[in-house]
Amino acid sequence: MRVANLRGESAEAQIRNPQVELRNPKMNHTLSIVVADQPGELSRIVGLFSARGFNIETISVGATLDPEWARVTIVTSGDDRTIEQIVKQCERLARVREVLDVTTSPHIERDLALITVNAEPGKQRQEVLSLVDVFRAKVVDISHTQMIVETSGSKEKVEAFIELLRPVGIHEITRGGRIAIGRLLV
Amino acid sequence: MKVLESMSARPQTVKRPRLPTETEDQRFPRGAEILVEGLLHEGIDSIFGYPGGAVLHIYDELWRKRDRITHYLVRHEQGAVHMAEGYARASGRVGVALVTSGPGATNAITGIANAYLDSTPIVVITGQVPLPLIGTDAFQEVDTVGITRPCVKHNYLVRDVRDLGAIVHEAFHLARTGRPGPVVIDIPKDVSADQTRYSRLEKISFPCIERTSAPDVLDVERAAAAILKAQRPVLYVGGGIVSSGACAELLDFAEQLQLPVTPTLMGLGGFPSSHALSLGMLGMHGTYAANMAVADSDLLVAVGVRFDDRVTGKLATFAPHAKVIHIDIDPANVGKNRVPDLSMIADAREALTALRAQVESTGPEGIRQSIQRRNRWWEQLRSWQREQPMQFTGSLDHIKPQHVIRELHRLANGEAIIVTDVGQHQMWAAQFYPFKRARQWITSGGLGAMGFGVPAAIGAQLAFRDQLVVAVVGDGGFQMTNQELATAVQYDLPVKIVIMNNGYLGMVRQWQEMFYDRAYSEVDMSVAPDFVKLAEAYGAFGVRATLPDELPAVLEAGLSHKGVAVIEIVVAREENVFPIVPAGASSRDMIFQSEGV
Repeated sequence: MRVANLRGESAEAQIRNPQVELRNPKMNHTLSIVVADQPGELSRIVGLFSARGFNIETISVGATLDPEWARVTIVTSGDDRTIEQIVKQCERLARVREVLDVTTSPHIERDLALITVNAEPGKQRQEVLSLVDVFRAKVVDISHTQMIVETSGSKEKVEAFIELLRPVGIHEITRGGRIAIGRLLV
Repeated sequence: MKVLESMSARPQTVKRPRLPTETEDQRFPRGAEILVEGLLHEGIDSIFGYPGGAVLHIYDELWRKRDRITHYLVRHEQGAVHMAEGYARASGRVGVALVTSGPGATNAITGIANAYLDSTPIVVITGQVPLPLIGTDAFQEVDTVGITRPCVKHNYLVRDVRDLGAIVHEAFHLARTGRPGPVVIDIPKDVSADQTRYSRLEKISFPCIERTSAPDVLDVERAAAAILKAQRPVLYVGGGIVSSGACAELLDFAEQLQLPVTPTLMGLGGFPSSHALSLGMLGMHGTYAANMAVADSDLLVAVGVRFDDRVTGKLATFAPHAKVIHIDIDPANVGKNRVPDLSMIADAREALTALRAQVESTGPEGIRQSIQRRNRWWEQLRSWQREQPMQFTGSLDHIKPQHVIRELHRLANGEAIIVTDVGQHQMWAAQFYPFKRARQWITSGGLGAMGFGVPAAIGAQLAFRDQLVVAVVGDGGFQMTNQELATAVQYDLPVKIVIMNNGYLGMVRQWQEMFYDRAYSEVDMSVAPDFVKLAEAYGAFGVRATLPDELPAVLEAGLSHKGVAVIEIVVAREENVFPIVPAGASSRDMIFQSEGV
């Protein structure tokens, strides 16, 4: 997301290493950061990303089981060395308890979107409802001419749903930051 | 979520003891007292500061406890923080500065950023407007924790007096442990007035990630094996050696295997400059031998360093044939600029001790063979040292700045604590003053903050009142903080300030000469006060040398003066710092003299 690349620099501008060709290509990583639930701690993390020229694709914050700690989930992009630097820099923060790159182990990720879409009675509304059905989305609000639908799932699923709704006429989209959790061992 | 809040004054709901009742009131200290008691408990007996509205309660408390803690009144808040840094760098203890809200805090930023980049342990206490006024653009309000966040190790806005005691203790712990650095405590005026119970044993409820500083045994074995069999090794050592107090261990280890040592600007003094194993400083203005050694090395043992661009130049050609062993206390330094072949996240002293023991265990025969294997390397190193020693051309008409440093060294018997500002004089001091011990060299390395020299020297002088402390400064940097002469005079901190006056912002002029076709854009500073009269105006001693034959007597007169002395040396105007590796160039592209000379 451009809005999240706070310095307005491309990641390429950050590459300072001669061994750049040897590095793994840029890919998205989902970082799960457990930080003390205290004022100012989120801006410490976000400020670190902008100060060091790291990109934030999405960010979401929520409580953990222990009310003293919050979990910040950040989707960022970069090659392996950049990600390693991001993890180490985050770990330097005094109130950060743990930083996990969940991408490296089995995990579940979810994106969430609320979409206001045209839904005139008749064929248009039926079209929306059948898409909602196929994607196992939900209708959460309705007026004479529009509906608000909610979907969650992988980024690909959410984006496919949005693409298919587009011809019907989308008015507004609100998307949340990605959240992730490690899979259970069986 | 509280984590989302920034400066909001909403009271927190963490479990705390109940507020004292009125009858108990008398027995409970106010915030200001908790702060000062906390400082005393941390062993602080001196702080540098500048009062203002938001810190009045704290100054009232300092007045009451003036027999136990001495406050040094500076003339500008930047001076207070640099003094705290100079004090910390000279003594190894935590330096403390106290400033008011708003402009007090913003004036302190340069010092805080400087301490951050040079890993100097300081605690800066800033006043803040009362909690109910936060966020209202109140008089002298700035978002201090917001402004300082990118250049501190950690900072606090104290929202409740019941947290203050624990915060003070944690701040000191954070400042001095791991990779040291600055910590800011922002205290709203009402918090410093509020009363509560206070116990020195209070612990903050949020644990940080505690890291071990001990090196991994397997890593030590592998590193020792690699060093033993290396043919062209170099020990590249930095400020981490000084801050971990690893100088004796470094010396032992280098001597054990006869390893060549090159310190960074921040590492100067960490290894004796005149030791046979020392190659001198490396980097942009480093010695030919050190830079060639690194360029040709097959194993670079980097200890307490961060592969700064002023050291490496073009990264791709820095130690291109070398395997790298990187030892540092800060994991984020490892792999940031150069990916090491082996790394140890460890305290430098512990790592060097472990390496030495590991090498020792191979027995005298193994050590002898290892040393022998490097005979040819030492021949090569010696020939580089002979080929291009650190040198300069003398002059009968003008005082050469390099000569000033040599004379200073001679007159001080090499013992003085040298504090510098930033620029050409800084590099000449680094190149031509052989340092005997750690903490004898104090400079602004990472931030390169002009104005650092004079106040940092005052701070160092406070740490060692009986030692000769010399600030080597340029005419430009001196004028950024020369008001602190008044502080030095007021508290009889007898620093000697050697001004290398060339009437130019010399380093910028040198770059303009070398890389911008001699377009001397805005570097002429020849309109300046008479520095001798200025010294006298402040109640200090002033003396000046303009000709080479005046230099020894003038330096001697200044250095032997009992009180604060300003020694102005009018030096050759267009002298350049050589050698120089142009920014972004490879170390083999060193330039040794001006074109056409």
